Formats: sequence, structure tokens, C-alpha cells
Amino acid sequence: MSDLKKLVILGAGTGGTLAANRLRKKYKRDKLQIDIVDQNNQHVYQPGLLFIPFGLTDPDDIVRKRDRQLHKGINYHQTAISSVDVDANSVSLEDGSSLQYDVLLIATGAVLQPEETEGLTGPGWMETVFTFYDMEGSTALAEKFDDFESGHLVINVIDMPIKCPVAPLEFAFLADWYFTDKGVRDDVKITYVTPLDGAFTKPTASATLSSLLEEKNIDLVTEFNTGEVDGEACKLIGYDGTEIDFDIAVVIPLHGGAEYVNNSPDLGDELGFIPTDNATLQSKVRPNIFVLGDAADLPASKAGSVTHFEGEVLVENMERFLDGREPDVEFDGHANCFIETGFSKALLIDFNYENEPVTGHYPGLIGLPLLKESRANHLGKLMFQSFYWHGLLPGRDIPGIGPNMPKSGKKQPVSS
Amino acid sequence: MLTKTLAGTTVEVNDEGFFVDADQWTEDMAPELAEEIGVPTPLTDQHWVVLKYMRSEYFEKGTGPTVRKLGKASGVTTKELFKLFPKGPAKQAALCAGIPKPRGCI
Ligand SMILES: Cc1cc2nc3c(=O)[nH]c(=O)nc-3n(C[C@H](O)[C@H](O)[C@H](O)COP(=O)(O)OP(=O)(O)OC[C@H]3O[C@@H](n4cnc5c(N)ncnc54)[C@H](O)[C@@H]3O)c2cc1C
Repeated sequence: MSDLKKLVILGAGTGGTLAANRLRKKYKRDKLQIDIVDQNNQHVYQPGLLFIPFGLTDPDDIVRKRDRQLHKGINYHQTAISSVDVDANSVSLEDGSSLQYDVLLIATGAVLQPEETEGLTGPGWMETVFTFYDMEGSTALAEKFDDFESGHLVINVIDMPIKCPVAPLEFAFLADWYFTDKGVRDDVKITYVTPLDGAFTKPTASATLSSLLEEKNIDLVTEFNTGEVDGEACKLIGYDGTEIDFDIAVVIPLHGGAEYVNNSPDLGDELGFIPTDNATLQSKVRPNIFVLGDAADLPASKAGSVTHFEGEVLVENMERFLDGREPDVEFDGHANCFIETGFSKALLIDFNYENEPVTGHYPGLIGLPLLKESRANHLGKLMFQSFYWHGLLPGRDIPGIGPNMPKSGKKQPVSS
Repeated sequence: MLTKTLAGTTVEVNDEGFFVDADQWTEDMAPELAEEIGVPTPLTDQHWVVLKYMRSEYFEKGTGPTVRKLGKASGVTTKELFKLFPKGPAKQAALCAGIPKPRGCI
């Protein structure tokens, strides 16, 4: 009897790629067969989408071939996933084939669902109403911004959860810089519209970010629940009937899990995310299904940094599972995000399930300043792209930085 | 910790009026809570569908659902939810249902 185990990975984005590479390094090919599936061969460095509308990055600079990011000995299948049968341990693919697995890793991320908001993809979509959350939207926006010199720019998050919850704020800060640089800032009004009760979800960071918005003369509208977007009359309409007029609306659409999840009985929750153990990353669906990245229903940010920190924990737990042991290595919800604030500066926040972002330094007493604008943080954000392709995806560890959140160097908030 | 008296019983609440301990809530407190925060009263059957769903989600998941989950899972559409709880279903329904403030999303 052969002791070859079969691992199938769904999605070859951030999480799927880094997990495949880490596991390939760990296991000989006669011990573990690794198959990975993705629907296209364009791996987009998603944080780069933020910079395209402002002419700070070219689309070509942030896209690479997916299969080229995978180590040798990983079987890449380019086709869409149709469904998963969790009882038969089998995945059906759109090309008509199917894959059997002993263990399954779900890393299909989150998808944008603009059609779920009334009017959003109707008249005016990609003319007055845009998103920068995908390549099509961010390139269309770059063109639109080229000759936009006066009017009202509204940035609207429809509802949580979204990928990289700080990205819309970064967009507002960069827009302030961009129109200042163009010399037309006085003629462009910028408003940030959110369903949350503050600029951000976590209190200390929210206060810092609100004062930054104010300093940069960006209006903040909180607790606005967008029911409809009318791109012809150029209005956001709230469920309570309040309206906000705009000349350009940059909307972050609702997010959900990948579509095949809804076609797979017992796999996902109402939004298509996979119920997952917060600590071990094992799904609550079946013990032989693990989840990495945005596809999970964890109370953590949907961010590449989270996916990266989860990766180490996941690989250890999957190894334990394959050995017939309990997966007991714990992820603490660690997230680490640079927040671009324009004018070549950025903030850094670092937090986990239990600890909100605070001030201090990262990763220890000597390090990057937390919750404070600095040039060093801006450089950190820029350098991250190179680390993404050459460190994170190939599955290299960062020396001195483990998956869990460091506490030294941080000022703890006074509890109220 | 702040306290308040509802339907003759003293309960613990936070500075925004959310319950600290969901077990201190009883059904007869809901109308009073609703009135305080501007939820149209008398509470209808639909209100109760939502309040019961909020509590079952809280006890199962440890936090109340977001508006979207509420809309998909409770059987009441998002539009209707905003009629029932005009200032935001997730928060207002959580408050009336006597569960702590939903963590929302991160
Ligand atoms: C504008 C923007 C800015 C961001 N900025 C940052 C940042 O500054 N810092 C940060 O840490 N994170 C940032 N993120 C978030 C980060 O990109 C994601 O959290 C991360 O990529 C998640 O990895 P993942 O593996 O879960 O999903 P992804 O990398 O999105 O991969 C999912 C993969 O699954 C595939 N897939 C889905 N459905 C199917 C199907 N049915 N069949 C076949 N394949 C399928 C997709 O094609 C995709 O390749 C940003 C995201 C956006 C959109």
C-alpha cells in the first residue's frame, strides 16, 4: 500500500501559492501530491491596485504568471472550480474533470459583488461610478482622474467585510495628495462615506485616522448605509432615504466568498465564507478541510499580511493532521498594515484578535513607528511588493518575525 | 460599569446602552429598549423574528450578525430591516435583543 497522500489546494493567489510552496519544501513527492487550481493565470499583487488611479504604478508592474510562482512538483490546473463534495472528498472542475483529495485547502479568497447593490452596475458604472478593487476599475479610474479638475469625489464603503479595510482610507489620503500635486485641490471636495460609526473599526486607530482626515480636509460621513447607487443622477441613496451627491463615486462593493461555495452543500455560510476555527485554521465543515486567507470567516482582517502569518500556522497544523495528530498550533489573528497617507508618508498598524492597534514601535522597541506618519513606513510599504514576490510567495520566513503579534515596543491603551 | 432598570430589574449596560451580560435580558424589556432608541413600537412579529435571530446568533457565534448576514439569514430583506430598525438594524436590534455590541468586522 502506498502512503502517498493527496492535497488539493483551491485558489493560487496569496494563500494558495505560499502554502503550496511551503508544503512542497516540507514533503517529498512520494509522500504528498499537491494539486492546485485557479481560474486564470494572472497573479495580481492586489495592494498595487491602490496606486494605479494616481499614476503611481502601471498595471503591468503588478501582474505575474501564477504558475511561475509555484515551485517544481506542484500540479497546476487552470480552470474554474464548480463545486466541492465534502462527503465524497472530491472537487468538480469546470473543464469536466474532478480531483479527489485526502486533505483540502481552501484559499479562493473573497470576490466583489457589485451587482448586490441596487443600481451600482447600472448606468454610469465605469463612467461616474468606479471601484479600485479590481484591475478594470482601477485602470478606468486612472483615465478618469487624468482630466478631473473640479467637483465632488466620494469614497464609499458599502458594508463590511472587505479586503484590506484600510485601503479605502488610503485611497482618500492619496486623492488629497494627487489633487494637491495637480494644483486643483481647492476645487475638488473629497468625502469619505462609511457604514461604520468612525473612520475605522478599532477605537485608537479610528481616532488617529479621523484626525488625519480632518487635517487633510476630507469630510467624514459615518453610519451611512448605502441602499442604492444612481450613476446617472450621481447620487448615493441611503436606506433611510438620505442622499449624497457626487461627480465621481469610488465604491468598495460588497464582498462574498467565491461562487462555487454556494453550489457546494454544507461548505459555506450565508456570505459564502468558510466557517473556520479561529486558532487552528481547520474548517468547522470537515476535519480534512483547512482554510487560508480571505476565504475564511475569521474575525481578522482580510489582508495579505494576515494570510502570510496564517501560512506558518497552517502548514504546521496540516502536517500534524497528515500524521494523525490533533492540529493544535494557534494563530492569534495577527495583522500588520501599512497605511499610505500621501506625500510619501505612511502609518503602520499592528494588531490581533485581542489587541487593538496602538502606538509604539514594531517589531520591538527599535523599529518602525506605529500609528504615526513617517517616511520609513512609506518605504516599508513600497518594499513590500518585492518581498511579496520573492519572500512571501516562495514561502520564506522574515528573520526575527514570527506569526504571532509582538507586544514589546507597544504602548498599551488605558482601559476605559 | 453602568446599570439601568428595565421592567423592574436592574441590568448592566455599557456606555452606549448595550447589555454586558445577555442572560440578564428578558423579553418584556424589549419594548422599553425599543422606545428609548427610536425603534417604532409596538414591536411587530417581524421585529421579534429579528430579535430572536440576533440572540441565537450571539449565543452560537459570540457576536451579533452584521446587517448583511441578518438580511440573508433572518428572512427579512435589508430594506425591510431598515424600516424595522431605522437607525441601523445590526446595532439597534442588538441593543433591543439585549446582546453586547456586535464586534462588526475588522
Ligand atoms: C485594493 C486592494 C488593496 C490591498 N492592500 C493590501 C495591503 O496593503 N496589505 C495587505 O496585507 N493586503 C492588502 N490587500 C488584501 C490582499 O490582497 C488579500 O487579503 C490577499 O491577497 C488574500 O489572499 P487569498 O489567498 O485569500 O486570496 P487571493 O489572493 O485573492 O486568491 C484567491 C484566488 O482564488 C481564485 N479563485 C476564486 N474563485 C475561483 C474559482 N471558482 N475557480 C478557480 N479559482 C478561483 C482567484 O482567481 C484567486 O487567484 C488588498 C486588496 C485589495 C483589493
